Amino acid sequence: MATLIDIRDVSKTYTRGKQKVEVLHHIDLQVAEGDFLALMGPSGSGKTTLLNLIGGLDVPTGGSITVGDKRIDQLGAGALARWRASNVGFIFQFYNLMPMLTAQRNVELPLLLTKLSAAQRKRNAGIALKLVGLEERVTHKPSELSGGQQQRVAIARAIVSDPTLLVCDEPTGDLDRESAEDVLGLLRTLNREHGKTIVMVTHDPKAAEYADHVLHLDKGMLVEQATV
Amino acid sequence: MKYLHLIWAALFRRKTRTILTIVSIVAAFLLFGMLDSVRTAFETGSTSAVGARRLVTSSRYSIIQPLPQALQNRIAAIPGVRKVGYANWFGGIYQDPKNFVFSYAISPEYLDLYPEIELAPAQRKAFDATRTGAVVGRTLAKRYGWKIGDKIPLQSTIFPQKNGDKTWPMDIVGIFDVSKDAANGLDQALFFHWTYFNEANAYGQGTVGWYIDELSDPSQADQVANRIDALSANSPNETKTQTEQAFQASFAKQIGNIGLIVVGIMGAVFFTLVLLAGNTMAQAVRERTSELAVLKTIGFSRGSVLMMVLAEAVLLLVLGGLIGLGIAAALGPLVTKGSGGLVNLPSLGLSTWMTGMALMIVIGLLVGVLPALRGMRLNIVDALAGR
Ligand SMILES: Nc1ncnc2c1ncn2[C@@H]1O[C@H](COP(=O)(O)OP(=O)(O)OP(=O)(O)O)[C@@H](O)[C@H]1O
Ligand SMILES: [Mg+2]
Repeated sequence: MATLIDIRDVSKTYTRGKQKVEVLHHIDLQVAEGDFLALMGPSGSGKTTLLNLIGGLDVPTGGSITVGDKRIDQLGAGALARWRASNVGFIFQFYNLMPMLTAQRNVELPLLLTKLSAAQRKRNAGIALKLVGLEERVTHKPSELSGGQQQRVAIARAIVSDPTLLVCDEPTGDLDRESAEDVLGLLRTLNREHGKTIVMVTHDPKAAEYADHVLHLDKGMLVEQATV
Repeated sequence: MKYLHLIWAALFRRKTRTILTIVSIVAAFLLFGMLDSVRTAFETGSTSAVGARRLVTSSRYSIIQPLPQALQNRIAAIPGVRKVGYANWFGGIYQDPKNFVFSYAISPEYLDLYPEIELAPAQRKAFDATRTGAVVGRTLAKRYGWKIGDKIPLQSTIFPQKNGDKTWPMDIVGIFDVSKDAANGLDQALFFHWTYFNEANAYGQGTVGWYIDELSDPSQADQVANRIDALSANSPNETKTQTEQAFQASFAKQIGNIGLIVVGIMGAVFFTLVLLAGNTMAQAVRERTSELAVLKTIGFSRGSVLMMVLAEAVLLLVLGGLIGLGIAAALGPLVTKGSGGLVNLPSLGLSTWMTGMALMIVIGLLVGVLPALRGMRLNIVDALAGR
């Protein structure tokens, strides 16, 4: 299968005051289209940093990152924002929904950046919520939903503009086992049936079992493990 | 516009705090609305007299300085002047010092100079024939229950009679109505004879407060005004002839420079408002750091985050400001009516609304700019990690 993400010799250095800390060291990584990749590793090993680079939230200090046919490490802030809007869906540990908005309005957020009419936005948000099994909860606010349900709203928000890539940073880190399995099952469906390429950071070996591949990151370097 | 629900939701994320802030904005703009309409009411009246049907001639130096009555015939002789009357401020009170009565001692021509005063011919006749006669506006008569034939003891806060008594007995001989185009407060006035006032008055014999000059050609008002003032140039009684509005404005200036007072008070109020609303906005944005980071993650540009926060601040100000001005607009006529017209709050003029709107937007931008820049510059990765 074609390569979707091509990371070559990527380093990331953070400067804090006078101190320079290299968090990622010369990473090489290719992710095929349609892959479901889990990133594991000890705390502070650079998982979130790598994920943020893949999702175009940050730019590397050295090396190149190509997603699809785009060199995203060379994009400016504005172009990168537009690229994210149409190519990546983000799922975080703490859901990060807007507390004042209903589930439907939360899911609609990415569509505000498109040319869709209000009615089309509403319709597409409805479809996404149905896909995550929350068609009954469209008018609920985050505070009226369980953690698992909130995370499913966040997944609906991530997929509503139909991106090719989903990046998830510990999506089940704050959920009980049952909700976690719901969410992971949903991610697997999105991967298998809707062709989404998924990169997921997790601490949980059980969660990693849902992925096609698992990579370990240690002190900013990749250590490949046998395919699960 | 499609972001409006987002901005609205952000604004009311902390309901209590936002409502409290709005209440203080309402209070500030209510005050602004009332003060500014008072200011505009006092300050209208252009410096040019062109177009005026009547002019007022008073002392150049101070409107409380009297003029000789002998000036009447000399003004009347000026080409372009059709008729001249005069009046003197009396400073009347009725029974109690707080029952203020707008009362004037007037010359015989005075009522003819004011066609807006509608007095029945029979009552006019009675007035001319009664030395201690007085005619009063209908609103004033209603307030104290005066009827034709009543004898009232009007006191003056300024002028005693020759025997030292400050009470001036008067006979109500007429009650007048006023036409629609009459100046505010005319229907609360009391008029009596200057001759009575002059004969019995302990001071200032033969003097008048001001002259009313009726013109034959309003387009010549400026020239006629200059000719009148030339009469007494370089005399101890130099005059200043101006329109009635300008005269009223200079009357008000006795109290102080209204414009300056309004600017001073509102400057202090709005300064406090900027600090208060600025604090609300700064807090609101700080609390929403991770939400703003999510918007940026999703692909909202730096510019749109900036605009959203600015719009939120402007919306906050416009919401409170419009309510405040709305209350001021409703309150003016209400107070005027409730006080029987004694307190005359003019209704809000277009200029007050426009200035108010401009202030709302400017203060909104001022209050929003720092939080908006902060939101715009927010680093996604740091904000998401809670750094
Ligand atoms: N913006 C930053 N400035 C300075 N140091 C940073 C920054 N972001 C990350 N780091 C450092 O880089 C290292 C890797 O951070 P990262 O968040 O990628 O780790 P992680 O593997 O996701 O850890 P965890 O499992 O705890 O989430 C850490 O030592 C962290 O302190
Ligand atoms: Mg992490």
